[in-house]
Amino acid sequence: MTATIAPSAPKPVEPGAAPPVEERKSLSRWIPAVAILGVWIVLWSFTNGTSTLALPGTSRTGLHDSLTEFQNDLLAGRSTNPVMQFTNAIADALRSAVEWLQRMVVLPNFPRPVPEVGWLGIVAFATYVGLLVANWRIALLVAASFLSFGVFGYWQDSLDLLIITGISVLLAVLIGLPLGVLIGTNRRANQVVTPFLDFMQTMPTFVYLLPIVLFFGIGPSAAVVSTLIYALPPLIRIAGFGIREVSATTVEATDSAGQTYWQRLLKVQVPMARKTIIVGLNQTTLAALSMATLAAFVNGPGLGKPVLAGLRINDVGTAFVPGALIVVMAVMLDRTTTAASERAEKVARGGGGNPRVRQGLIIGGGVATLVAIYLSRTYVSLAEFPTYTIGDRVASATSDGVDWFTDTFGGATEWVKDLITNQFLNRTQALLADSPWWLAFAAIAALAFVFGGVRAFISTVVCLTGIWYFDLWHDAMITLNMTLVATVLVMILAIVFGVWMARDRRVDVGIRPILDAGQTIPPFVYLIPVLALFGPSRFTAITAGIVYAAPAAIKLVADGVKAVSPTTIEAGRSTGQTTWQEITKVQLPMAKGSIVLATNQGLLYVLAMTVIGGLVGAGALGYDVVYGFARSEAWGKGLAAGITIVLLGVMLDRITRAAAEVRRDDGPTTRRAFNVRLPIGPPR
Amino acid sequence: MRIARSRGARLGALAVIASVALSACGGGGSIDEATEANEEAAAESGGECGDLNMAVNPWVGYEASAYVVGTVAQDQLGCTVNYKELKEDVSWQGFGTGEVDVVIEDWGHPDLEKKFFAEEGDGTAEDFGPQGNVGIIGWFVPPWLAEENPDILDWENLNDYAQEFATSESGGQGQFLGADPSYVQFDEAIVSNLDLDFKVVFSGSEAASIEAFRKAEENKEWVIGYWYEPQYFNAEVPMQRVSLPAYEEGCQDDPQTVACDYPETELKKIVGSEWAASDSTAVGLVQNFEWTNEDQNVVAGYIATDGMSPEDAAAKWIEENQDKVDAWLG
Repeated sequence: MTATIAPSAPKPVEPGAAPPVEERKSLSRWIPAVAILGVWIVLWSFTNGTSTLALPGTSRTGLHDSLTEFQNDLLAGRSTNPVMQFTNAIADALRSAVEWLQRMVVLPNFPRPVPEVGWLGIVAFATYVGLLVANWRIALLVAASFLSFGVFGYWQDSLDLLIITGISVLLAVLIGLPLGVLIGTNRRANQVVTPFLDFMQTMPTFVYLLPIVLFFGIGPSAAVVSTLIYALPPLIRIAGFGIREVSATTVEATDSAGQTYWQRLLKVQVPMARKTIIVGLNQTTLAALSMATLAAFVNGPGLGKPVLAGLRINDVGTAFVPGALIVVMAVMLDRTTTAASERAEKVARGGGGNPRVRQGLIIGGGVATLVAIYLSRTYVSLAEFPTYTIGDRVASATSDGVDWFTDTFGGATEWVKDLITNQFLNRTQALLADSPWWLAFAAIAALAFVFGGVRAFISTVVCLTGIWYFDLWHDAMITLNMTLVATVLVMILAIVFGVWMARDRRVDVGIRPILDAGQTIPPFVYLIPVLALFGPSRFTAITAGIVYAAPAAIKLVADGVKAVSPTTIEAGRSTGQTTWQEITKVQLPMAKGSIVLATNQGLLYVLAMTVIGGLVGAGALGYDVVYGFARSEAWGKGLAAGITIVLLGVMLDRITRAAAEVRRDDGPTTRRAFNVRLPIGPPR
Repeated sequence: MRIARSRGARLGALAVIASVALSACGGGGSIDEATEANEEAAAESGGECGDLNMAVNPWVGYEASAYVVGTVAQDQLGCTVNYKELKEDVSWQGFGTGEVDVVIEDWGHPDLEKKFFAEEGDGTAEDFGPQGNVGIIGWFVPPWLAEENPDILDWENLNDYAQEFATSESGGQGQFLGADPSYVQFDEAIVSNLDLDFKVVFSGSEAASIEAFRKAEENKEWVIGYWYEPQYFNAEVPMQRVSLPAYEEGCQDDPQTVACDYPETELKKIVGSEWAASDSTAVGLVQNFEWTNEDQNVVAGYIATDGMSPEDAAAKWIEENQDKVDAWLG
């Protein structure tokens, strides 16, 4: 979803100013890069196939087994381990909180045949909340969303998901805000906490799902905890960033009035960072929703369950409807939190409309809500959502449509798959994965040095050493290759669609909702049709990665190109340049910061899909993670693969970031965006 | 402010009218009456069954068994059945904490038995005997392929066809489609120990394998892979088994040297020891439950092919086979 950070004003460029010089500078970086590649290929031709450190899919090494032992020891000591006694107590509390809420709104509260509050009361209450925190339009959106949950036949699963998301976000705020303040005000704390946040966001969930079950049991408690682990970092990171960004002058000015630490924090820093903190909250909520399907793997309640059921019987329609409802929920929560923050901003500035009009609304709406709740407690028809067939009809129409599509275009897609796999994917994979490990190691490190300088070089060497240590070098290279190829395809799409959207407002308005949906719909939904088109293969995984990563990259490029000052474009037009020249000579070079950022995000988004790829025949690290989750005797191998994915992510992130910093043409926008838009780890 | 009042009031009035209208149309009964009825019913029944926590492992055949037993327990013994969708290993972990009572279809997990059975492990789980299904695992090809090239059903001829099975994934060798990582697989070892010119490419999930086999049969493509029975998909596309060197006791003990076919597996019921020792009436039901591969395929077909919910599918089968169900309730 959109991280609604308004880009700060673009760097003013004088009309007719000289074109950016950096272009030539960055061109010069390609010369050593090509030279390194040349040397690599020459050496490869003598040595390929030796010391590749390949490990068959179902084999493990001693290191992996010793990691598995760790999990076994935990399991063996579970009745006496004091930490587990403690976490089990927390889990019991979480479970009873979830169950209590479920009996309030979705499950029959025995001896009542229905929950305490029926659907009408819930819809009315939610609408009222939308009205209170935002405005009429949001209230309507909320009402329509809630009604759609019921009309499409997933009332209970939807509310279950809202309960899990709500509890997780509440806990995230309780834990995350103090930590955000800490890393915002204390530099050292920031340095300590950041790697943990990177780790939490990049580690594939399948790796920590088994330990979570050990510590917190299965079902709602495991769902809340795994969601919390994944959803917490954005809030901490963005809140910390917001507080750090409060201008030093303001802090100094108020300090001179002799304020205490707490006064400074509560009266100056937090209020001034409030808007950014709400962005963090928004991101945390959406991250929590994106865990819905994964939580369903340990019996977490919510819309993820029907999605997985659809996957189990290979029926895209069955998975599509609940998947689309997750999108509806995400849009609802995203727009509501955004509108609420805008409203809060207005009220803080003394706006917010006539207070007496509002008072009337509050009272009237409150009365209506109470009446609705009372009625829904009295009549069965207002308590149990009526059954409609529209959900089933949409599901079968979707299945039919997808069947038609795969039958009609199956041959063509097969051809595309073979072309890209044979001409592109297999060749680069041969170079990366069939090189002896030391050759690939040296070449990647050298390329990192060329593009990112000394710091990127050091990070790369550390990460590659770690990858080598965890015994999955060959798989890591295959995954790295898929990630790179997919990112190239993502960037082609991003530049084409990004420029088109930036140049034509109507295109932008038309495409954006599709992009939002592409980012929020659980990947499990489109796995089935993509599988039908391409069969189990690396290309299927790459396609899923592209569907998932392209929206974010397209949006970033579009925003970057849009931010290019109109004066510059006008100046170019007055010299009579063609549209093509305008795009390639002015818009793209000036949006370079955004393009680098889009590449960074594209890489990480694609990498985040590695595990999904393991479910559709991509093999390599993704398969290792799934294997470790499915068979506990191989858990250590899954953990090693998970850590390897984290290391790959950190490496790619540091190289692209360093590449962005080497260049000086990016204004504060890019650097700000790097910080706010989750440096690492998009939703999986 | 008049406007304010009237707007608030209008909103309230609208909601009241709408809800009254809705309740009138819906015409549903009063909740209070139903609550009283429930209270009376609860007071009368003894409630000897209590909760039954049924693990639901992620394949359709399992779902069929779980829901048939669960539905019988619920409708005929009055249990409260909680279905928990979990992978095998997570389910076994749940026995000790009481979160899981029954795994109704176990394909053999020596490593888990070692951890959780009384002999070597913590004794939280126990074997509750066979459930009647016989698991057949092996190498399978789509029917069109077996019909046009009958000799392919013998492993010794596989190398002659290896090139036909090559894909863009298999690097010049024939592609062998491995399965969901949950299943016991020795295919990489079998391929290398039998000197077959094949490369194992893992499909990663049952859904991916089914999609590949379905497509292969439709478009007459060359596919060979790990497959199994009971499996509802075999009713749609009757996959044909390729014979490997016959299974002998012990030939799969060392995973690296496996060069034989998979054994037939008697699928078992595994239950939590604490639950098994309880006086829940469902214990007897689970102990007596036994049915055939055909039975399971019928219910799995209702779910996967006809798109019925597992509950409806189970209820339909129970209605048609009350005699079998009576035997379990014995």
